[in-house]
Amino acid sequence: MPPGRVIEQVYREEWGRIVAALIRLFGSFEIAEEAAQEAFTAAVEQWPRQGTPENPRAWLIATARHKAIDALRRRSRWEDDGDPEEKLVLAEQPAREPFDESAVEDNRLRLIFTCCHPALRLEAQVALTLRTLCGMTTEQIAKAFLVPLPTMAQRLVRAQQKIHDAGIPYRTPAAEDLPERLEAVLLVIYLVFNEGYGGAGEGRALCEEAIRLGRLVAELLPGQVEPRGLLALMLLHHARRAARFDALGEMILLEEQDRELWNGAEIEEGARLAESALRSAPGPYSVQAAIAALHALARDARATDWPQIAALYDVLLRMQSSPVIELNRAAAVAMAQGCEAGLSLLDELEDRGDLRDYPLLKAARADLLRRLERWEPAAEAYRRALALTASAAERRFLAKRLAEAESMLNGRAR
Amino acid sequence: MQYLLLIYGAEGAWDGMPVSEASKMTQEFGAFTQSIMDNGNYKGGNRLHPTSKATTVRVRDGKRVVTDGPFAETKEQLGGYYLIEAADLDEATAIAARIPSARFGSIEVRPIFERPPA
Repeated sequence: MPPGRVIEQVYREEWGRIVAALIRLFGSFEIAEEAAQEAFTAAVEQWPRQGTPENPRAWLIATARHKAIDALRRRSRWEDDGDPEEKLVLAEQPAREPFDESAVEDNRLRLIFTCCHPALRLEAQVALTLRTLCGMTTEQIAKAFLVPLPTMAQRLVRAQQKIHDAGIPYRTPAAEDLPERLEAVLLVIYLVFNEGYGGAGEGRALCEEAIRLGRLVAELLPGQVEPRGLLALMLLHHARRAARFDALGEMILLEEQDRELWNGAEIEEGARLAESALRSAPGPYSVQAAIAALHALARDARATDWPQIAALYDVLLRMQSSPVIELNRAAAVAMAQGCEAGLSLLDELEDRGDLRDYPLLKAARADLLRRLERWEPAAEAYRRALALTASAAERRFLAKRLAEAESMLNGRAR
Repeated sequence: MQYLLLIYGAEGAWDGMPVSEASKMTQEFGAFTQSIMDNGNYKGGNRLHPTSKATTVRVRDGKRVVTDGPFAETKEQLGGYYLIEAADLDEATAIAARIPSARFGSIEVRPIFERPPA
């Protein structure tokens, strides 16, 4: 492999570990990131001439550590607030912890909890996690979230300043705080995934980063069930990416997707993880993963185990009551027991008014009416769904279905 | 009697000030502090980090809720304070959550500027 490619690969795989180790040593995101950048610059210059070191990560950490100490020396000569000196003394002590595998991984875990600390705004948690743990550039993150570059840069700087000035610790939370703090970490990862999953392909990098992070947390906290559930959920969704849009970028519904295009390896891993999570103490992510696994493992929509899916939605509803989950449950009940049963559940939901302006409720009603060939109310429901929907791809889909219903109506009238 | 003097002002004002003016202001603060120390009025005082470094702690339904920012509702007024020493923000918010009125009000946790060594 040419040295350039090697460095690129090491950057992708090791950036988070290297930055985590340096933050641990110097207690500063800013110093750590600068030094890590400089170390990679040095690698670009030196590796092609001198050959790739046997242990690239150790080389990069050692080089970055020297760069950081140099920078702190220069700084302490100019400023006399005493602070850099103190850091210098700390960093110059013979490495207190060897950079062995477990210390490096512990540092990464600490870093995740720092980046996803509840005292930081959610959008800052997301940006900081992608920057620090995944090594995405500020520019890439800004582009992914459709935010101007200076806004994103400022968001990152402010978050790092708050960590420093407010004393947000760099440590894995105590056992009694772990469930709550873990929930925040998983939310950030799932947000990254969903941000990438919405569009027709451009979001793939975000999905892959989210899966990488999910894998990391699941591996570092093997005793926790929900990280496994989230990883399974993301893998099972991601497995369908090639089948979700047609060549023109139009959305294809799950039941109409070409299942040959689904990724078998991801489905297999996702289903295995979902099953193991379900056998432990499953939380909401694990149950959603189990539902996704039932979809993914079915030969086609008709062969899907709808009664089991409806039952899993019941479990999910007991964990977190939500009208959106009820809506999904109604759709599963319609498939298991017939469209009429589903429609009467939708009626109940509509009467309660929680989802009055939720386009997917109208779209679900329209779909069941269409299956029952009740074209007039179906067309009316599609019109209402359209009036509430903003997404262009969804609008095109609904308009197509509305046109179908209307032509059936006209055909009959003639 | 003891009185708490709360210093309000636009946070951006310091950043917008020319360096010379800011350092003059700092000197004035120093002189003022010294004068009230000399005549025995001084009990304590600190410069706070700006609200962008604040964290709000509430306890609702027995659960601690930690959020970014100084989000006290407008119907909430300052009613007291504790000055604490804590290892880090997690310890500070854990202590804040034990304040009984955190169950219905808000506790704003604001870091204090470390003073240069005397």
